[in-house]
Amino acid sequence: MAIEFISGCKAAAEAARLANVDVVAAYPITPQTSIVEYLAKDVSNGRLKAEMVLAESEHSAMSACVGASMVGARAFTATASQGLALMHEVLFYAAGLRLPIVSVIVNRSLASPVSIFADFKDSLAQRDTGWLQFYVESCQEILDSVLIAYRVIEDSRVLLPAFVCMEGFVLSHLSEPVDVPDVQTVSKFLPACDPKYPTLDLKDPKIFNVMAFPDTYEEFERDKQISMLNAFEALQEAYQDFEKIFGRKYQDVETYRVEDADIVLATMGAAAGTAMMVVDQLRSLGERVGLVKVRTFRPFPRRQLREILSHARVVGVLDRDLSIGSTGILFQELQSSLYNQPQRPLMQNFIAGLGGRDIHQGTIGAIFQSLKDTLQKGFVEKNLNWPDENREVLSIWGLPVDHDD
Amino acid sequence: MDMLGEETIVYERPATLTDLSSHYCPGCTHGIAHRLAAEVLDEMNFRERTIGVASVGCSVFAYNYFNFDFVQAPHGRAPAMATGVKRVLPDRIVFTYQGDGDLASIGMGEIVAAAARGENITVIFINNANYGMTGGQMAPTTLPGQVTTSSPTGRDIEVAGFPIRVSEMLSSLDGAAYVVRRSLHDPKNIRLAKKAIRAAFEVQARGLGFSMVELLSTCPTNWGMTPVDAIHWLETKMLPYYPVGDYKVGPAVAEIKI
Repeated sequence: MAIEFISGCKAAAEAARLANVDVVAAYPITPQTSIVEYLAKDVSNGRLKAEMVLAESEHSAMSACVGASMVGARAFTATASQGLALMHEVLFYAAGLRLPIVSVIVNRSLASPVSIFADFKDSLAQRDTGWLQFYVESCQEILDSVLIAYRVIEDSRVLLPAFVCMEGFVLSHLSEPVDVPDVQTVSKFLPACDPKYPTLDLKDPKIFNVMAFPDTYEEFERDKQISMLNAFEALQEAYQDFEKIFGRKYQDVETYRVEDADIVLATMGAAAGTAMMVVDQLRSLGERVGLVKVRTFRPFPRRQLREILSHARVVGVLDRDLSIGSTGILFQELQSSLYNQPQRPLMQNFIAGLGGRDIHQGTIGAIFQSLKDTLQKGFVEKNLNWPDENREVLSIWGLPVDHDD
Repeated sequence: MDMLGEETIVYERPATLTDLSSHYCPGCTHGIAHRLAAEVLDEMNFRERTIGVASVGCSVFAYNYFNFDFVQAPHGRAPAMATGVKRVLPDRIVFTYQGDGDLASIGMGEIVAAAARGENITVIFINNANYGMTGGQMAPTTLPGQVTTSSPTGRDIEVAGFPIRVSEMLSSLDGAAYVVRRSLHDPKNIRLAKKAIRAAFEVQARGLGFSMVELLSTCPTNWGMTPVDAIHWLETKMLPYYPVGDYKVGPAVAEIKI
């Protein structure tokens, strides 16, 4: 093992190399591009023995991954934003064909208007495709999560593809010390690719992707649902082994000072680090606040969240995304998870960080203040909140400041 | 002042270009291509009836530099978007401005289909043998052996195949009226490029169908060369693979005299 000072993109490329992927098929898009460049270099200098397919579009890149995975290869790609949107059609194929492909998503907003900066809408908009989704907070977590993802999705109980999502520029272009393990150590955790699913095999001929009629289609969906939920068990085992081998501990839901907290903020991704600092500041002032970081978004850890939040009185959800016409997407998932609880917390949604707007201490401080007000009032005045709105722009555009969901 | 006599303006900024400094790198020929298109639209007095469709890539910001209505298309889809605009407003001059990363890669389907339909639009196609905006990766137009950030030991034709000659390919389509390749490496060729752009817009104005001018261009930053070396590289390396010429000049187009 060696500590290296590397960016999120480099950590992703190193993970693919350590996973000894057989095929990389990708198309460049900011801010993902350097992942492809690092891997192209590794392939050209023999550091990674893989087929490099520089496809003509993301749609083709994902199709090439599907083809490679269909014959039993370990396939990898990475994309962002519009590229992921273009892949959308093929994502359903990959999941339906039960192919354990990993795609790193360097989260970036979607046009229009055009933005190259971070938010989670690109990957969250793919939440119904049947891919597992992990959201990470640091460059180390990117590398580790790619390894964990392959291990879990190649498990015969799961056999579904996975995204590992990092925020564009915030993580992709940030350099941090990362513990880069050696190949031998990784092989103890992630065995060589040995497909546990039916492949295109001349000795055992099969036809894939046939038509399903109404008498079976629903059961195909249900089979995917069950496999997706099976991932929780496979993830727990993987986290335990990972900790034993590498000494780093992961959970589907990570908590920070929630045990006696009245007020809990839930979020995903890099904002969790900033939020922890704010939690510490507020704790030092005697406020009983805590933080929940949802690492695994698909499958959604409903049961774990119900347990963790069973004593919270107010739960805020910070969404770096918005399902236009509804609420933040994490909020929808979390609120519905808690609905049947006999004692439900009050819940408020906070939309921030869209299109790369920084989520800073002040934003999170304002969110906790709002949650504290709600706790004192005993009811939620406003479901949907914009704690870091640009009032000047709203005023110029004549948009109402005071509106709710 | 007296000794200079009456002031004669011999060169000025085309009215069709906005008064902005561009974001293009020093030595990049996008600026020349923009200027040629602008001069032609000025001379034809088309500015007030022109609509541009920008692509994704370095020229994504073309809308800032041309002084008329512009819309930026999803990656590769400019010819399809231009089709929509032109079908509804057939009396407007509609053109796309696309690089090779956009037109020859992700958008290959759209350019072929637009040409095959004989869509009455004009396409200015910048071929600089790499993906410029994302930092110089291998494009479909990258030459055999050319080093890019995603082909660090040079384009290997065994793995990555051969570069695509887009003009030659489109010329095989009956729907294409005017398809030519020009180069921006010296004044003579720049003048020829302008004449071709003029002819292309004339084709559209006369309703003769699909017109495209491919312009061989430099990308000094991503090629890792000085602007002068880049010009030399274009002339000695790109031109032999991508010869300038008229690849498709339909019968009615041949009658256009410029």
